[in-house]
Amino acid sequence: MNSLLARKTKGDVLFDIINYTLLTIGMLLILYPLYFVLIASFSDPNLIYSGEIWLLPKGLTLDGYERIFADSAIWVGYGNSLLYAVVGTAISVSITLMAAYPLARKDFVGRGAFMWFFMFTMFFGGGLIPTYLLIKDLNMINTIWALVVPGAAGVFNIIIVRTFFQSTIPDEMREAAFIDGCSNTRFFLGMVLPLSKPIIAVMVLYHVVGFWNGFFDAMIYLNEESKFPLQLVLRNILVQNQVNSSMMIDVESYAAKLRVTELIKYGVIIIASLPLLILYPFLQRYFVKGVMIGSIKG
Amino acid sequence: MKTAELGGLQRQEKESRTAARRSKIRVKIRQNYELYLFMLPAVIIYLVFKYYPMYGVQIAFKDFRASKGIWGSEWVGFEHFIRFFEAYNFWPIMENTILLSLYSLVFGFPIPIIVALMLNQMLAKRYKKFVQTVIYAPHFISTVVLVGMLGVFLSPNSGIVNHIIAFFGGEPVLFMASEGWFRPLYVLSGIWQETGFATIIYLAALAGVNPELHEAAVMDGASKWKRVKHVDLPSIMPTIIILMVLALGNVMSVGFEKAYLMQSDLNYAASNIIPTYVYELGIQKAQYSFSAAIGLFNAIINVVLLVTVNRAAKRLTETSLW
Repeated sequence: MNSLLARKTKGDVLFDIINYTLLTIGMLLILYPLYFVLIASFSDPNLIYSGEIWLLPKGLTLDGYERIFADSAIWVGYGNSLLYAVVGTAISVSITLMAAYPLARKDFVGRGAFMWFFMFTMFFGGGLIPTYLLIKDLNMINTIWALVVPGAAGVFNIIIVRTFFQSTIPDEMREAAFIDGCSNTRFFLGMVLPLSKPIIAVMVLYHVVGFWNGFFDAMIYLNEESKFPLQLVLRNILVQNQVNSSMMIDVESYAAKLRVTELIKYGVIIIASLPLLILYPFLQRYFVKGVMIGSIKG
Repeated sequence: MKTAELGGLQRQEKESRTAARRSKIRVKIRQNYELYLFMLPAVIIYLVFKYYPMYGVQIAFKDFRASKGIWGSEWVGFEHFIRFFEAYNFWPIMENTILLSLYSLVFGFPIPIIVALMLNQMLAKRYKKFVQTVIYAPHFISTVVLVGMLGVFLSPNSGIVNHIIAFFGGEPVLFMASEGWFRPLYVLSGIWQETGFATIIYLAALAGVNPELHEAAVMDGASKWKRVKHVDLPSIMPTIIILMVLALGNVMSVGFEKAYLMQSDLNYAASNIIPTYVYELGIQKAQYSFSAAIGLFNAIINVVLLVTVNRAAKRLTETSLW
């Protein structure tokens, strides 16, 4: 069978050559910016400025990283992001799993109505301003709760988890357990959850990445710098060019300051992306899995 | 007489059957009361944070005063909507929003399909996996970092892009500060970030293509190119259409984050889109009612678009979302 598909005409060889070449070029175009940030963060900023860094780092230096490590705002942001990610993920994933399970049960009376109750919010919503006013009225401004509660248990996530439960937890299993006198809660905790490790991993990673990368809610709802997550600190440095002056106390001239700022930017990008880089093998596997489950029409 | 009796019997039977079904449902609800408790936290969160703001959106038709509250504020009808429609910047904002989104769609939508078809023809498994690993990676970069990267790469005096331009004898371009470059940069950076990840769903569809179709095509002497065109592409058409419907339905809901982060006074004329405008007026300038009206206007267009596009897709191709 494979030999048949492996048979190649001249045209097919040409096709393969073009295909591999184009894909390789495309891949390099995607890879190069990431690679460049990495080498630039270790290079002499004067050489970045004059455009001499291309393929390899030059004038190796850890100066940028040393300045970043000395700055407290970034570490406070790191800590805050970690806190928001852990608390937010725990809350949202538990609520998602609990909401998705009944929706996967055929004998759950009101399943369709509940489904619509959730799905409707995908098509229509009150929008930013009414939501903001509500959070304000609830005195949630400037608290962690404004970041972790309102967005918990997203519709898409509920649907993905429900699809997973439907396809992996056989009805017969539940029926057998119930005959043995098992309750819904015990069945859910003792049988369903242990069988759902892959989808729990997908959900946890979705949320961790979402919280780690998100900045919008924090920008709207937080106004104290000591509570800012990493992405807000990053925005000040990367987008608004506000490098903390304590990071360059010893830099004299304006021109030198500009250069050091660039170096700090490259370093900050690497440090901010490091946790996700470390998680990347898992991220890749489970995000792909999530897309696959989500793509089953349900 | 006889038929009436029969009818009565049938009715009785029917009634007792519905009664039985009802009591069965009641038993089921009682048996599964825990499941309702499971749903409770999510239901409360949705009621409070999704449905209550839908009630709160009435401030779009009111002159909202914080002291009077949502209900106590005075009705003004469509005043805010009319004010927006008649504003000098209404058409520019609409144009910015639609163009940004259409460009993203026109250039961003086909590329993942093409890349997926190409990847699917790659028989060297390890290399294919390597390529996938690389091209999925940008998806995980935060918007802040992405815009920060644009900033450092495109910087007029230190960025690598302007170094390249200078190398070929050109003048440095002020990319981030230019109105004309805003849309191309937005679209290109989007393609860079999301193409790889968007291939996953097409690759999943391609994995489901029956190999016998390919074998039959080979027997008939079809080249690889022809098989891609006549076997692979038609097989993933339903997936393409569904994603197209979703994308078209979302034309008016451009993401806020990237546009906002890329926005500056210098490119404002091109980067001022509905979501950034709502943020600017509502959150920064506290014009709650006016900005809520603009947001509501946008939300309504979204619903109408999605329903219309879905209906059209259903009629034309018999594929639809619902």
